[in-house]
Amino acid sequence: MALDRRIIFVLIFAATALPLLFPVNLPITPSPRVRAAFETVDKQPPGTYVLMSLDYEPDIKAELQPMSIAVLRHCFRKGLKPVVLTLYPAAPGLVERALAIASAAEGKKRNEDFVFLGYKSGSQSVILGLGESIRTMFPTDFWGTPLNKIPMMKGKNSYADFPLVINLSGSAIADYYIRIAATRYQRPMVLGATAVMATDYYPYLSSGQILGLIGGMKGAAEYEKLMDITGDARRGMDAQSLIHVTIAILVLLGNFALFASGGLRPMGSGGSREGTGR
Amino acid sequence: MRNGPLLVTFAVGASLVAIFFIPHHKVQEAQSVLLDWANVVYAFALILGSLSLWASHQRKVFARAEGWIYSLVTLLALAFVTVAGTVQGVEEGTLVNKYYNMVNSPLASTMFALLAFFIASAAFRAFRARNAEATLLLGTAIVMMIGRVSIGEYLWHGFPPVTEWLLDVPNLAAKRAIALGIGLGAISTALKIILGIDRSYLGRS
Amino acid sequence: MNGFETWVAAILTICVFSFLYRDNPLYRFAEHLFVGSAAGYLLAVQYQNVIKPNVVERIAGGNMVAFIPLAMGILVLARLSDKATPVSRWAIAFYVGIYSGIAIPAYMQAQIFAQLADAVKPFEPGWHAINSVLILLGFLSVLAYFFFSAPHKGVHGFAARIGIWFLMIAFGASFGYTVMARASLLIDRVLFLLRDALHVLPPA
Repeated sequence: MALDRRIIFVLIFAATALPLLFPVNLPITPSPRVRAAFETVDKQPPGTYVLMSLDYEPDIKAELQPMSIAVLRHCFRKGLKPVVLTLYPAAPGLVERALAIASAAEGKKRNEDFVFLGYKSGSQSVILGLGESIRTMFPTDFWGTPLNKIPMMKGKNSYADFPLVINLSGSAIADYYIRIAATRYQRPMVLGATAVMATDYYPYLSSGQILGLIGGMKGAAEYEKLMDITGDARRGMDAQSLIHVTIAILVLLGNFALFASGGLRPMGSGGSREGTGR
Repeated sequence: MRNGPLLVTFAVGASLVAIFFIPHHKVQEAQSVLLDWANVVYAFALILGSLSLWASHQRKVFARAEGWIYSLVTLLALAFVTVAGTVQGVEEGTLVNKYYNMVNSPLASTMFALLAFFIASAAFRAFRARNAEATLLLGTAIVMMIGRVSIGEYLWHGFPPVTEWLLDVPNLAAKRAIALGIGLGAISTALKIILGIDRSYLGRS
Repeated sequence: MNGFETWVAAILTICVFSFLYRDNPLYRFAEHLFVGSAAGYLLAVQYQNVIKPNVVERIAGGNMVAFIPLAMGILVLARLSDKATPVSRWAIAFYVGIYSGIAIPAYMQAQIFAQLADAVKPFEPGWHAINSVLILLGFLSVLAYFFFSAPHKGVHGFAARIGIWFLMIAFGASFGYTVMARASLLIDRVLFLLRDALHVLPPA
């Protein structure tokens, strides 16, 4: 079935733009894994310190920025004390914006209700270093105030002082936090990941290395639903649905056309690979 | 000429493994120092990469090769951002930060957004149920695509539990085996490197 | 972003999207601009966050130990010359040794022991035991498939075939989620164009 790919591109663009222009507001039901993430944060008593690592850049902010805002607002609503950092060089601007939006919405103040440590290069080395001394990794906060001068940071210097770690990440940094913070330092951990990565982390959910998983823009929309807020994730769900339906129909059409023309004959199973015998 | 570096790899690698088991704070501080040094080496490797990028585009500009004007754009952007960022910094409010929000950020996001179009086109052209396994893959993909978004739940209330089951049972089993395989492979590769069995990272002798 | 910055971002977005019609000068300009800007930004960040605090400021403060990472960094730059390339091996050996050493206990603890412990736990009670059986079956059969040191014949071959089925479901799930991820990125760009650039949608 010959179809100019530009027609497919137009269909996809229409499937994206039309629901944004004419929203239908299809229902969103939170999945068990997002609900687990929500409940892990929700059951923390007020005053609990939470270490939040927000590790994403503009190319994946579509999925993770709404997630960050929703989770930060949740922490603020519950009276938790997030200490936020980032391991991506281009993230501080995005994280600062997320903190500004969340703190304004919930009436929270910098250095009293949250601390933003800023960016530190090194990924694994920083995550390892947080187990020993936060002040060695981050002598000051993002705005240059020494940590020793921030009352909220008094007595907080390593993973041992944080009953919960939250990592929202679009890369292998999630694996580093699982290996180091969750496994080596035994910190309860909630993970937010891009949809591309999300399916890979189900084994860690089962083993208890992570307690909840927020996957992609859909996961962010579910978290917003649980929080009863409307962010860009919920706004994008109608478009997400229509794009998926469009692609599914295209795939089925392609298979149907090929089958109907006799070009696709069921060949049975493909057979497993032979081993090398070595 | 390779024995010295091999000894360095062994000494450093074995030390890092040993440090894992020694919780004394002085030992952990030594680990932090070594990791900081590794970050510096990585930073210089990026400088090397950028110098290679510069050299390759400069050759095109000087030779007036086809597309040289685009190479000039690359060189100008590289020079401007590097100099401005090094001198003034990259924090919020600096010139480079404004430039990043105006240029890098939308370009990076849009390059990735193009993938949505190409994945649709590729799926239409190539995703074929040629045999039983491919049919299973195709079927699971379609169930996931429809079932995990709002419209799936709207069409049939059974979609969400089915997709949850697919993720929690067969997907979990396969991904666990893959994770175990990756872990074993990573450990064996790391051991081979530390013990000097694998020397490919040193390049040709 | 102010109005001018938004419009520049919107124009560059359209330049990249123009590739969907066909390769053209606008797209090539945007692509080359991105390459140069991204490389420059990475360099600037590495200087400000790594080289300046760990080398420049420490040496300026009299810390002579900081010459060690500086020396290793300069050894890496030796790769610019074919004759001097061999000396860069010392720095590469150090870097590779560091991350090989970190990898062994980390993978062992988080991916081997933790996952094996979860794989051999008792089955869930009641009907959930079926899921537990399937997970164990899938885990073992996928491992059987990836074991290529013996031919996939007999019982091993049968187990490998079951493993393929589990892998197909896992990859189908991954494909579905990948589509979701790519669609999200497109939604974000279209939202930016409609809301921030064209003001067709109300502000967030």
